[in-house]
Amino acid sequence: MPHDDPDHPHSLLPPDPALRVKALETILTQKGLIDPAALDVIIDTYQHRIGPKNGAQVVARAWSDPAFRAALLDDATAAVSEMGFFGRQGEHIVAVENTPEVHNMVVCTLCSCYPWPLLGVPPAWYKSDAYRARAVREPRKLLSEFGVTLSEGTSVRVWDSTAEVRYLVVPMRPEGTEGLSPEALAELVSRDAMIGTGVAVAP
Amino acid sequence: MTRVHDMGGRFGDGPIDPTDTSYPPRAEPWQTRALALTLAGGATGLWNIDMSRRARESVAPKDYARFSYYEKWLAGLADLLVETGAVSRDELAGLTPPEPGEGASRALQADAVPGVLARGAPATRDSARAPRYAVGDPVLLRRPAANLLVDGGHTRLPAYAAGARGRVVRCHGTHVFPDASAHGLGERPEPLYAVAVAAGELWAAPEHPGDEVVLDLWESYMEPA
Repeated sequence: MPHDDPDHPHSLLPPDPALRVKALETILTQKGLIDPAALDVIIDTYQHRIGPKNGAQVVARAWSDPAFRAALLDDATAAVSEMGFFGRQGEHIVAVENTPEVHNMVVCTLCSCYPWPLLGVPPAWYKSDAYRARAVREPRKLLSEFGVTLSEGTSVRVWDSTAEVRYLVVPMRPEGTEGLSPEALAELVSRDAMIGTGVAVAP
Repeated sequence: MTRVHDMGGRFGDGPIDPTDTSYPPRAEPWQTRALALTLAGGATGLWNIDMSRRARESVAPKDYARFSYYEKWLAGLADLLVETGAVSRDELAGLTPPEPGEGASRALQADAVPGVLARGAPATRDSARAPRYAVGDPVLLRRPAANLLVDGGHTRLPAYAAGARGRVVRCHGTHVFPDASAHGLGERPEPLYAVAVAAGELWAAPEHPGDEVVLDLWESYMEPA
């Protein structure tokens, strides 16, 4: 049943957010529902171990290895799992490839769904009201604010992540990068390019 | 009508602020702590991900608008703790000391974190139910966008797409149905589809005739077109 009581329990907590976290952590620790040391490990995981470098490795490999590219587009969950990139908020991955005809871009208008095992914690702007509200209605205007201009011949396909499927945009490989190793190519793949609010650029 | 979180297509939000304050060193310590606390709270298994989304979007519209991102998470966490009986209102308010509860054995331990994060929680379910639609099929999305099981309840059909005509572009298999799962009504898995809708079907002034929006939608959100 929806809880539309204006007196939500959360209003019982202190007004300052930092004190609110502290109060909740203290209560949950005393009740034995959390281990504070586990929080430290979670923070460390998303600060140091899981981030957009993972996704960049996937894209660089897709650019370099036609068999992997085909496998990624066919079943991305299996393809990225094989590289060790499976986990929370990345249980069902779909890779969508940019072409001269179609530019893909990802949003979650209802909350902030994002492929954590590949890109880490979403950037603040991805979770903002402005991005959530505007990405579906005016993606080109929004892209221009990121410095991206598409040609008239390119259609935009905006993926609204309304379920547990998480989308990875495979940007177009920049021209003039033929001789680069996968490691060097990965350096060209920004987080924004894998959300679709950026493009990959040659060094 | 849906709720305050359903903002796709809304006017008036202004330009994007590209500053990323989501993680250290730019995030404030309480923000990363709020993220970790929410994940550890979810790991107790006292609620599921659909319930946690439902809790966040059920805060009053005025709170949703004034809360920063992780303040919404904290509000949802506090409300779920009370709703599930894990914490009492008096304990939350600091009026009585917290008593260790029966959930104590559920706490996520530090050494288990990597395994829990790496395993995730897949939403797909085995099903004997044959999908009604195939790639290429035209569909009409339900209108209004609403939970048919619980009035005012959680749904993942955004209001901007309600009543729109689209076509199936991917079949994702059978997934837990959030409209039921968010309210403790069981998983009731349904086939899930990616449905492409032309921008001109959604907006009065589409930017480009070739643009489209793709949404992931459960079978009961649509009918044949």
